[in-house]
Amino acid sequence: MLTIANLVPDLLGTYGDGGNGLVLAQRARGRGEETLLVSMELGDELPDASIYLLGGGEDGPQRLACDVLARTSLASRVADGATVLAVCAGLQILGLTFSVEGDDQYAGLGLCDVTTTRGASRSVGELRVRVGERLLVGFENHGGRTTLGAGVAPLGRVEHGRGNDGTSDGFRTGTLWATYAHGPVLAQNPWFADAILASVLGYELEPMGTVADLLYEERCNSLTRS
Amino acid sequence: MGLALSPRLLATLARDRTTIFVSGTNGKTTTTALVAVGWGGEVVTNETGSNMPAGHVAALAQSNSPRASLEVDEAWLAEVIRHVEPRVVVLLNLSRDQLDRANEVRQMAERWRQVLPELVDCVVVANANDPLVVYAASSATDVRWCDVPTPWQADARSCPKCTLALEHVAGDWRCSCGFSKPATITTSLGDGLVVAGKRYEMKLALPGVFNEANAAMAVTALVEVGVEPEDALTRISEVSAVAGRFSLRSWNERTLRLLLAKNPAGFDALLSTVEPDDSDVWIAINARLADGHDPSWLYDVAFEKLRGHRVWCLGERRLDLATRLDYADVEFRVVDDVNELPREQRPVELFANYTAFSEWLARSVPC
Repeated sequence: MLTIANLVPDLLGTYGDGGNGLVLAQRARGRGEETLLVSMELGDELPDASIYLLGGGEDGPQRLACDVLARTSLASRVADGATVLAVCAGLQILGLTFSVEGDDQYAGLGLCDVTTTRGASRSVGELRVRVGERLLVGFENHGGRTTLGAGVAPLGRVEHGRGNDGTSDGFRTGTLWATYAHGPVLAQNPWFADAILASVLGYELEPMGTVADLLYEERCNSLTRS
Repeated sequence: MGLALSPRLLATLARDRTTIFVSGTNGKTTTTALVAVGWGGEVVTNETGSNMPAGHVAALAQSNSPRASLEVDEAWLAEVIRHVEPRVVVLLNLSRDQLDRANEVRQMAERWRQVLPELVDCVVVANANDPLVVYAASSATDVRWCDVPTPWQADARSCPKCTLALEHVAGDWRCSCGFSKPATITTSLGDGLVVAGKRYEMKLALPGVFNEANAAMAVTALVEVGVEPEDALTRISEVSAVAGRFSLRSWNERTLRLLLAKNPAGFDALLSTVEPDDSDVWIAINARLADGHDPSWLYDVAFEKLRGHRVWCLGERRLDLATRLDYADVEFRVVDDVNELPREQRPVELFANYTAFSEWLARSVPC
């Protein structure tokens, strides 16, 4: 049984971020995997899951989400091999510190050597990231500037938009995956969803050949044009 | 019209009129129309939904009527309030909408909260079931709180005041910090409306519980300008379509019911009005400037409600929609050319977001 858990979607899930859990679950089911999609809401215990998902959120809820998650066993579950996909505010929470409501630094979950300060401006628009041979396409809407520690590899190189700092986007370290492409980034990038699933299931996945592939192709082409 | 010029022009044009403002994420155009109709007689209104200062100026310049019902874009409310002295401000609801332009819902509530204390001789009519609206409106000196259907609560799970979790129990909500649902003067009961302790019949031609909320708040606003609730409700009950919304239209020998659905709260509310039969549903999604460039919000809409229906996906972002429906296990067809659409015997429900709605309105004619 593959269990996928959305973490505090009532705080982090501003713009369709819950779609990422749905996409992973449906694509796993499409490969014959028995899959359970659950949510940990405020006041719930941290569920036992193979994949945890963190979405985006506004400043106040982001701080509260961080406080709530810091009191759970998330860190030890990650140490035991659980996978995390974090987008936007979720990405910032995984790190050592982040900024909300002005320039105050706030302690993150400290799962990786990543820090986020307030950027000079807000970045809103299409984000395109080169990840190896592939393109990751999505939409970003954030004011953070994220710096990766020496041992943390970015997810990819920014070709359009800002991501972490205008050069790199997100990170991948151990079983942590993170990107500034908010919302249902996995819906637009089926290959990315399958890469995460493959890392958890331990085998390569054949493409599913669904309408999501047409969407991905269309988004890649539309960004190339614009 | 230059935006720099219009605020001063707006102040001049609005002088000596009794003005009711309507703002919020969803229901602005409908509620503004209900206020205008419910008032009776000649009322100036920006019925096309041009809800920024240039639109207000254009509307007011057309008529000398001493009464105005104006829809105000939620981001422009602070600016417009400073130039017009409204008699009543109706605050319907606040939820996620076009975050690529507005960024954060809570910032909007904060901006309202800061401007409302500036109102003089003005009553605020506000939705008591929307914690973000309550946070904003509780800064005003004179508020009529309304207990109206507000199913969308996803943006107010955490307290707007202290960020702790809000507790929702049986029509009530509160936070451990003391922030809670205020005492209400108006209660919507579906087929009835209680205003200041007296019950009135309410039978609307418009569908959905969201329109019961819109009507209840329109009537509460009209009471403040001296209209009897019975009279307002009699007039409001006749309204069956607003600016094309909910209207039956004819297109290529088909009958369509056009529904404007442009954000998660609005879409969810409209999906609840779809009959649980096996009818086809058409949905058109664009992502232009007026729609918001980011269609991520499709994943905040419970499209799972459409299982059992077949959905025809239209608009420039039809592949985003189709992918969403595929993951929701809803049967779909992607329509690249509208001439491929099937002929239907019965009226088809066509949901469209802002610019897609405008296209279908232009393409079709009234039945």
